Amino acid sequence: MIKKSQTGMTLIVKTVTRLTTGLILLFGIYIVFNGHIESEGGFAGGVIIALSFIHLMLAYGKEVTLKKMNEKLSEILENLGAIIFIICTVLAMFSGGYFLSNVLGKGKPFELFSVGTMLIYNIAISLIVSAGLFSIFITLVFFRSEKND
Amino acid sequence: MLILKILIIFMIISSIAAIEMKDLLSAVISIGATGLGLSVCFLLLKAPDLAIVQLVVEILVLIILIRGTVDRDGVHYERREVLPYIVVSIFIIVFLICAYYLVNELPRIGYPIMKISKLYLSESFQKIGAPNVVVSILLNYRVYDTLAAATIFFTSVIGVLTIMRKVGKKK
Repeated sequence: MIKKSQTGMTLIVKTVTRLTTGLILLFGIYIVFNGHIESEGGFAGGVIIALSFIHLMLAYGKEVTLKKMNEKLSEILENLGAIIFIICTVLAMFSGGYFLSNVLGKGKPFELFSVGTMLIYNIAISLIVSAGLFSIFITLVFFRSEKND
Repeated sequence: MLILKILIIFMIISSIAAIEMKDLLSAVISIGATGLGLSVCFLLLKAPDLAIVQLVVEILVLIILIRGTVDRDGVHYERREVLPYIVVSIFIIVFLICAYYLVNELPRIGYPIMKISKLYLSESFQKIGAPNVVVSILLNYRVYDTLAAATIFFTSVIGVLTIMRKVGKKK
């Protein structure tokens, strides 16, 4: 639960935000993990995950949001996504394939782990996009307001 | 496709309204209305992937990022002079003449040229196992382009964080 703080918007906006941010985050994660079964994968899911944190920051202000996700953690997550993507492409060479081949093979169709490395690529792209957009929003809002004071 | 023509007329009207508004918030909301019309067009042409991406990016980039970061009193609206209007209108007329001859060369909507797409539609589900053909093209046949796209996005985020940093060079 989010503690009631004095900064931010009115009481109605805070109450609705407290109920809906978790649902928006869960919907983004659902789109990332079901990208190969239904429509869209990494990019749109990552943008929806970033939107949930931005939604929280618009209603509650800086202090509440930065306790949940600060700028160092978002930078670490973004770099981790890029590292996962490159490691999966290089490891395919050492296990009998060529540079970007799908080495894990396919299972039963219409299941979660049925397309091999494509799911890992989706998760890596969603990490890059969500953490990158959230850190861009933090820098544009923060450092500008500190210069003006 | 009468609904498509009505939607395109609505998009043209809302984009003209976005240019002529003097208030910043009203202009941004008008651009958002244009994007929503484009998303419904993608849904009518049976492309749900493009519709989801268009809707989400329109909401985040054009409404929240512009409205959250631009100061309210930093925009000055002045009347333009006569010469830029003449130059822009001449350019628009030349562009429309070229576009008329170019659109006649393209295939009609609903009758595409099926050279490579036949192979994707017939073989991708047996070879890869993903029911969604778009994702199987993006992440298996053309994964090298996806790697380049992820690299471009990562580099642009690093560039923004470098320019806007707090601690500068030590002199």
